[in-house]
Formats: sequence, C-alpha cells, structure tokens
Amino acid sequence: MFRRLPDAGEARLAVTIDGKPARARAGDSVAATLLAAGVDHCRTTPVSGAPRAPYCMMGVCFECLVTIDGVGNRQGCMVPVEDGMAIEIQHGRREIER
Amino acid sequence: MSGTADLRDSYDVAVIGAGPAGMVAAAICAGAGLSTVLLDEQAAPGGQIYRAVGETPVRRPAVLGNDYWHGERLVRALRASTAHYVPGATVWSLSREREIGVSIAGGARLVQARRVIIATGALERPFPIPGWTLPGVMTAGAAQILLKSSGMIPQGRTVLAGSGPLLWLLAWQYLNAGAKLDAILDTTPRANRKAAWPHAAAFLLSPYFRKGLRLLLSVRRRVRVVAEVGDLRAEGEGKLQTVAYRVGDGVETRLSADILLLHQGVVPNVNLAMSVGIAHRWDEDQLCWTPVVDGFGGTAVDGVAIAGDGAGIAGAWAAEERGKLAALAAVRALKPDARREQLPDEMQVRLALAQVERGRLFLDRLYRPADRFRLPEGDTLVCRCEEVSARQIVETVALGCTGPNQMKAFLRCGMGPCQGRLCGLTVTELIARARGVSPAEVGRYRLRPPVKPITLGELAVLPKSEAAIKAVVRG
Repeated sequence: MFRRLPDAGEARLAVTIDGKPARARAGDSVAATLLAAGVDHCRTTPVSGAPRAPYCMMGVCFECLVTIDGVGNRQGCMVPVEDGMAIEIQHGRREIER
Repeated sequence: MSGTADLRDSYDVAVIGAGPAGMVAAAICAGAGLSTVLLDEQAAPGGQIYRAVGETPVRRPAVLGNDYWHGERLVRALRASTAHYVPGATVWSLSREREIGVSIAGGARLVQARRVIIATGALERPFPIPGWTLPGVMTAGAAQILLKSSGMIPQGRTVLAGSGPLLWLLAWQYLNAGAKLDAILDTTPRANRKAAWPHAAAFLLSPYFRKGLRLLLSVRRRVRVVAEVGDLRAEGEGKLQTVAYRVGDGVETRLSADILLLHQGVVPNVNLAMSVGIAHRWDEDQLCWTPVVDGFGGTAVDGVAIAGDGAGIAGAWAAEERGKLAALAAVRALKPDARREQLPDEMQVRLALAQVERGRLFLDRLYRPADRFRLPEGDTLVCRCEEVSARQIVETVALGCTGPNQMKAFLRCGMGPCQGRLCGLTVTELIARARGVSPAEVGRYRLRPPVKPITLGELAVLPKSEAAIKAVVRG
C-alpha cells in the first residue's frame, strides 16, 4: 500500500509482525512499520469484528491499536518502533493480562 | 526518552503541545527566566505541520517545500532555550488549579504550573462517507505524516478526495516525491465560490494567495481533477477496492483504488480545553467549536491560555504569533520585571498576526464542506469506535433524545477510545438538523478527564500523599 522513497534510509531494525519477521526503519512508528510491511489491517473491532487500519497517524482516532511486546491497546502511531519488537494484530478487545 | 522522574513537581509555565505555537511560547517564557516545561505527545518537536522536521528521511528539501523547513528555525530556538522539552508525554488531565496529569513511557505523574498554555492544535474534520472505516482509507493528514516522518508514499492506485488547502499541498508534495496519483475528487460545492467572492480582495493580500495559486495550478497540470463531486463512497470486502462518485447528481463513476485519502479541513483539538471547563462557542463560519479567548489567548479559567489552531483555525504562521502573545501574557503576569529586549514587541506581533489572518474568511467560505459530507445518512458509520450509524442517531432523536450526552446513554456513540474526537461534530450537527435547531442549541459531548485513555497501572504509580494513603488503608 505504501513504499519508501529510495533515498529515505534503510530499514535496518528487525521486528516481528504476528510472529513473522519484518524490517523497520529507526524513526518510524509501529503503525508506519505495519503499513510499510503491507499489513492490510492492524486490528479487528470489539463491536463487529471489522478490520481496521491506521487512519489519522497522529494519535486521535485509535484505529491503530495493536499488541506490542505482549501489551495490548497500544497506539501504533504513537509508539516509535524498536529493534526486536513483537507486534501483533489485536483481535477485538484488549485481553486480560495483555 | 526521558521518564516522569525527570519532571519537577512544579513549573512557572507549562506548555502543552510542541507545534509552532507551543515551541515559540515555551522558548519565550524560558528566555524571560521562567521555569518552563513543554509537554508533547510526539517523539520530536514540530507538531503536525512541522512533523519530524529535525529528522525527516525525506532528503530533497524541494519535496516538502520551503514552508515546512521554516519549522527548523522554531525547533532550533526551542532547543537553544532553557525550556524543559519532554517528548512522548501524554497529558490526560488539567484541573482548574492547573495541576496537570501526564504519562510518559507507561508511568504517570502530576505536575503543578502557575500558568498553562494549551497548544494542542488541530485535527482533521470527520469525513463520514460510506466505507470510510475500510483499511485503505486514511486522512490526507495521515498520509502526509507518513511522508514527513517515514519518507513513505502510496503504492498502487491512489485517489485523493475532499476539499481544502491540505489536500492540494499533499498532492503537490506527492508529485514532487515521484508518487503517481490517479485522481483528485474535489468536493468543494460550486456555490462556495459565490459565498467566498466578497472576501477575495482580502485574500489577494494574504501571503497564502500566491503560494496557493501556484501550487494549485502545478497540481492541476499533472493530475486528473474531477470538480464538484457531490457523492462519494468507498467500497470493498475487508479493504478498499473501489471509489464510487458522482459529479453533482450525475451518473455514478467507479474507480478501482488501493488508497483513498480524505480531507475536508481541520478543526480545533478541543478535548483538553473543554475538560478544564473553558467555554466554547459554535463557530458557524468554521463549523466547529471554538474556545472563547481574549486577545492573548487567555480564558475564563484562571491562568490557562490557548494558543495556535486550538484557539480557532488560522494556520501555522498565525499560530506562531499567537504563541508569542500567550507567552507575553504569562511573562507579564509572573515576571513583570523581565527585560523588554528579551521579549517580542507586542505591536509587531499584532501586525504580523493581522497580516497572516487576512483572507481567512475567504478560505473558510471557499472550502466550507458540503452538508452532504458532514451530515451522513443511512448505514454510514458516524462513531467509528462504537460503530454507530447515522440512521441510529436520527432514529434516536425521533425517540426524544435531544442532545449528544443523552445520545451516549442510548447508543454509546462517543464513548469509545477516541472519546468523540472523530464523531463529536457529526453527532451535534445530525441532532441539530433532525431537531431543526442550531448546533449551538444542541451543544456538545461533555468531556471529562482523563482526556486520553490511561491504564489503572499508570494511575497506581502516581505518588500518593499521606492523607490519600490514610483514606484507603485501614489501621
């Protein structure tokens, strides 16, 4: 869906998205990492289970809620990506203990 | 990134938001010798307009344009000042006594300030069309953030739709960056031109006029622009596949699309200001709630001012000047003996502000979003979080529900994690139309702290007073 400009620096960080390895660029948010990786949705809604993807990228819409390193309901667009992060699609509500 | 431990218990001035208004205000207050903290949710200063200006991976300056790089000067001035700039800081409450609740990296803290300058800027107006929740549909602002902070451009069939300066700026930046755009669907109603015309003379003198015209012409030469789009839908199974539109009431045209970027103007980001009890009025020109402020951004809440677009949409250059005025008021109140040469000259600031505000009414009238795109119908979702449709809201008004707060009890709209940021205006306007009264009479969601969701865990690590512990611990 999105691609990096050729001169925009290399994606050197290694993360996992639902367990599968992916690359990220230092300075990206988790939401940008997911979009660059071609992930088509980052959560399903608690109400109807509909898929959603990042919408505002500035912290107001809460569509990019994901589970990061085992912690649910993180705003993907507000969290800078880090090497080794485990990012997971969030299905419905945040689960207890996550 | 610093944690809550680096914060002091109290400051002379706390500025919330590091866009143009906040950066300028913090640097001036600190320069006058006031202890100043600048709390910002993002990882780097700049706000959305100068997002990532210090570290953007976009190498060629011409891609984003000169106006963007102006932000570097503001960031440098902030960094050179003694203001304590705190990135990654989410402010979730502000009391009338100016006690600020803030979370950093999962830990919460309360900070006291003698003066508070709210500089939380703007957010994009909701654009509730059928299918606007589908993956593949984003705001133009979101796409611009991806470009500025990550150097990312669309891949695949890309359609921009809506109205307003940001839509054209994004198109121009994308073309500079080598992105391919399939179409721009311009939803600006034809009748707007007539309404804007009486204000055209003022706009001719605005610094935005020449820049805007050049940019518009440059984009129009290179992209297919469809004018007077009167109906717009996003369709697809699980993700965007088709954009359907009509010109006026004409025949429907369908475009295959992978990305649809929506925009119909920006509105003040009011949640924090409303939660502290600052009065807001319905602004019929900008179709949004605007706080009631004096000539320095001061409000009826003692010691709390608002600067920048959060005090009414006027753009980045005006935000800078309004940041200066709010800072001047804070310095005069807290440090009347501050040396004049350390401070901006009020008359000069007011002249500059008048210059950049010139012609705003022209832009407001020209880009006033059509009723059709503010007042959805049928199954179109209004509240994205709780998945409440326009039909449900209209039917609930018919049951006797007269206002947005009662609507929460009936439908849960506005009660999801975004706290009404993406549906508040739509719900107010839908109720107003159904009842045949003005939005001012209908009112708005009552907003209370916390204005951003926080966890019990974050609250639990707040430092506790002896009295608070005694109140809950037996024996």
